[in-house]
Amino acid sequence: MMATEAGGALLLIALMALVTLLARLGGVLLMSVVPMGRRVEGFINAMAGSVLVAVLVPVAVEADTAGQLALLATAVLMALYRRPMPAIAAGILVAALVRAV
Amino acid sequence: MVMSDRAAPELSLALCRQGFWRLLPISLFVAVFGAAFGLAAVQAGLPGHEILLMSATVFAGTAQFAALEMWGTEVPVLPLLATTFAINARMLLMGATLYPWMSRLPPGQRYASLVVLSDANWAMNLNDLQSGRNTLGALVGGGFALWLTWLTGTLAGMVFGSAISDPRALGVDMVMGCFMLSMVLAGRRTSRTVLAWVVGGLAAYAAYRWLPENSHVLVGALAGGLVGALWLEDKP
Repeated sequence: MMATEAGGALLLIALMALVTLLARLGGVLLMSVVPMGRRVEGFINAMAGSVLVAVLVPVAVEADTAGQLALLATAVLMALYRRPMPAIAAGILVAALVRAV
Repeated sequence: MVMSDRAAPELSLALCRQGFWRLLPISLFVAVFGAAFGLAAVQAGLPGHEILLMSATVFAGTAQFAALEMWGTEVPVLPLLATTFAINARMLLMGATLYPWMSRLPPGQRYASLVVLSDANWAMNLNDLQSGRNTLGALVGGGFALWLTWLTGTLAGMVFGSAISDPRALGVDMVMGCFMLSMVLAGRRTSRTVLAWVVGGLAAYAAYRWLPENSHVLVGALAGGLVGALWLEDKP
């Protein structure tokens, strides 16, 4: 435990910032010591999309019906036109409209 | 794609400015979450300068909200740092996916441009790189836009907190979700990447349900990555 008075809070914030910075820099740092082969490159290329999907899973599971319909609208528009901004705008509009009803 | 074909990604002021404007629309929604954090931090009893310092230096919304849960006159140091790391460990993976391009940069530029790594600017920049736009403008310029609006939002929440109406009614809580989803679907779709999404998604769901909190991103991303390691792209 650390007390938040007498500068303790500032130290805690600095430690949090340091841990977060390590996470930001660490991925590239680690990869720079891993020998790059076709398997490693295949791994990180496939991981790229999976990170996003994994971030999305709880969002989609925990969202209310309006939120889930918003994601559906975005997915449909992306599948049809592949233009992110209109797809995102449509998703938000759907969420707002469904909740207003 | 063969690595040796790649040139170092470009990183000029003009490209960063372009990235700033491209990420600004999404950043404005990030400001709303910043305001929610500012308000919650005031309610948790943090003094103003500490709240602003945290938003400016940590710059990671979910981890900051989690920290508020543990904040008091006494704070458990190791649980706080372990939680911060667990929530932000996804940044390790995001950084790693940029490595094939970043490796061409001198180390100073490489690590300096990662300082503002965040979900939205990473996703957009990775899309750029994968579709042949060999720049880091979205990461750096967009990262600055996100940082600036996160900080401004925090301040707004501290000052006008109680005046914020329900952002859910406007659908604002779904902005990040819709953005991330559009970034998934904007990428190159092959049967290999789709299988990686499905495996990664199922693994993330299982981890979310049955494994410790905050482990779902790591589990899902690593499971999806394994698909790519086992099912190699055809030699060009």
